[in-house]
Amino acid sequence: MWDYTDKVRDHFLNPHNVGEIKDADAVGEVGSLACGDALKLYIKLDEDKNRIIDAKFQTFGCASAIASSSALTDIIKGRTLDEALAVSNQEIADYLGGLPEEKMHCSVMGQEALEVAIAKYRGGPVPTHNHDHEELEGDVVCKCFGLTDVFLKKVIAANKLTTAEQVTHFTKAGGACGGCLPRIKELIAEVLGTEAKETPKKPEKLTNLRKMQLIQETLEKEIRPLLWADGGDLELVDISGSEVQIAFRKACAGCSASGNTAKFVEAKLRELVADDIVVVEVEG
Amino acid sequence: MKEIYADNNATTKVDEAVFEEMRPYFCELYGNPSSMHFFGGQVQKKVDEARNRVAQLLGASPEEIVFTACGTESDNAAIRSALEVYPERRHIITTRVEHPAVLTLCRNLGKRGYRVTELNVDGEGRLDLDELRGAIDQDTAIVSVMYANNETGVVFPIEEIGKIVKEKGKGAFFHTDAVQAVGKIPLDMATSTVDMLSLSGHKLHAPKGIGVLYLRKGVPFRPFLVGGHQERSRRAGTENTAAIIALGKACELAALHMADENGRVKAMRDRLEKELLALIPHARINGGQAERLPNTLSIAFEFVEGEAILMLLSEKGICASSGSACTSGSLEPSHVLRAMGVPFTCAHGSVRFSLSRFNDDSDIEAIIRELPPVIERLRQMSPFGREFLDK
Ligand code: FES
Repeated sequence: MWDYTDKVRDHFLNPHNVGEIKDADAVGEVGSLACGDALKLYIKLDEDKNRIIDAKFQTFGCASAIASSSALTDIIKGRTLDEALAVSNQEIADYLGGLPEEKMHCSVMGQEALEVAIAKYRGGPVPTHNHDHEELEGDVVCKCFGLTDVFLKKVIAANKLTTAEQVTHFTKAGGACGGCLPRIKELIAEVLGTEAKETPKKPEKLTNLRKMQLIQETLEKEIRPLLWADGGDLELVDISGSEVQIAFRKACAGCSASGNTAKFVEAKLRELVADDIVVVEVEG
Repeated sequence: MKEIYADNNATTKVDEAVFEEMRPYFCELYGNPSSMHFFGGQVQKKVDEARNRVAQLLGASPEEIVFTACGTESDNAAIRSALEVYPERRHIITTRVEHPAVLTLCRNLGKRGYRVTELNVDGEGRLDLDELRGAIDQDTAIVSVMYANNETGVVFPIEEIGKIVKEKGKGAFFHTDAVQAVGKIPLDMATSTVDMLSLSGHKLHAPKGIGVLYLRKGVPFRPFLVGGHQERSRRAGTENTAAIIALGKACELAALHMADENGRVKAMRDRLEKELLALIPHARINGGQAERLPNTLSIAFEFVEGEAILMLLSEKGICASSGSACTSGSLEPSHVLRAMGVPFTCAHGSVRFSLSRFNDDSDIEAIIRELPPVIERLRQMSPFGREFLDK
């Protein structure tokens, strides 16, 4: 049995804003019967066609899908379209006091339906901002659930996902035949790679303390997430002078390629911290 | 709130009489049956009695009973043993609708160089025996086909399958995972074609953590667990004596209640089925045309999702199970319903009720009363099916 918060249970048992709005200004539909969950979101705008005055939903899905839909309609009522667009799936989950990680895709579905509704509305006869609908762009990565690389990369970046399993929890991609998992891992690496590029290059001169801090930061932010993507991990055992002692964990431990991984860690630390760093693999 | 338990294919209540039988073997009669003193000896006697009782339910002889920890262990022991006995044979035959205890094992073996054939089922969950005939060859080490399916209750023609294995298999072993069948339908190993059979205690009102591998006399066997000489060196490890004794009692009671299972329990299941179909439009029985266990009803409701149904039922004190993926943490509908080609419109909204001798008419009435409004409510919320349902 899922460990749902009282808020999730309450929104499931007594959902707010169920139904259709016959003369809705915008309608967003995502998911399908085949996928196991689907959401149709109806939005009614004020006279200026800017602020959401009513929102209703119809949902096919599990308890958290229904609760997420209910939460979404509560959150966006009274907001302008731009404010509504800023709602993240995390905000929906937070509103419910959290969702089990395996059910995060329900909150993503809510956010997605909202984007679809607004994009469709704005892409209509009077395009003002001309928001492109990202979800429909890109190549389909997961055939089972019809999800594109553009969409997946967005969810990966927004929720800081580092493993294929997390991507499945948040989007369902990879949850059926699993054929798309290798590509999902590539997408994670791509997103992590872009983020890494944005981080500052190595500083000129370092105090000992700062050097140790920087080594730790680099390991945490730049290196471990890459290992996680492949089910591996490492731990910092000790730093003495320029020698950095690390121990591999999970898939990396006992991996025949861990020597290469150690070299990679060394190269990364030399690139981002200091040229004289030596990485030593220890048991620990 | 009275709890109505209709999820007996998942696990069952320990019968009070079973519990009473095992109780002394924790704090009073805690001897090791392998010990040479009287204190262990009296436990050994009781274990022997349990072995007899299990054998009797199966129509087997006591030496053919090997106690294990669970159905999964028995399945693993049977299949792995066959592969060790025939190291040159690299082919395993099973079905697409097996319990994960068999299916996951076979698929893992498939990744390690074994050839695995998974037999298909039709829309009612029935096997095509010609497909089996075509698949079996000299390279086949073992055919493992479940006796009855845990989700739909569909019963396979085990003896016919066994005959085909004997005719065409050139010595291939025939194993059946009978976890759902034992205690519900009569089995007779004395006249059977089965070489190895798995059963699990907690499906027939014994506690969790005890299982049996039936091993036909003369069938060569390589143990999965090695160590001491317990269970005639076929399963090492100190016996779980209290649970063994409990299972013996449970088997005795199962034999006693078999008629009830096939009479009263079946009548309750049939009534539930009939009335739900009458009250709820766009519902269908999974495997409804096939021979089924007397206690199991898998019913699909279009346009709604299983976990939501279960949670609303649970609010009313009713415990059932779903063939939908959401409850299990995986995202596809159950592999059994998918293999049967149950359309997605139904597969996500499938619910399984599995009864036992501890259910009564008031339970059935409660389900019949509570379920239709639950389905109605979720359908009102669903974006699908308007065109069919509003009529
Ligand atoms: S293609 Fe993604 S799970 Fe099948």
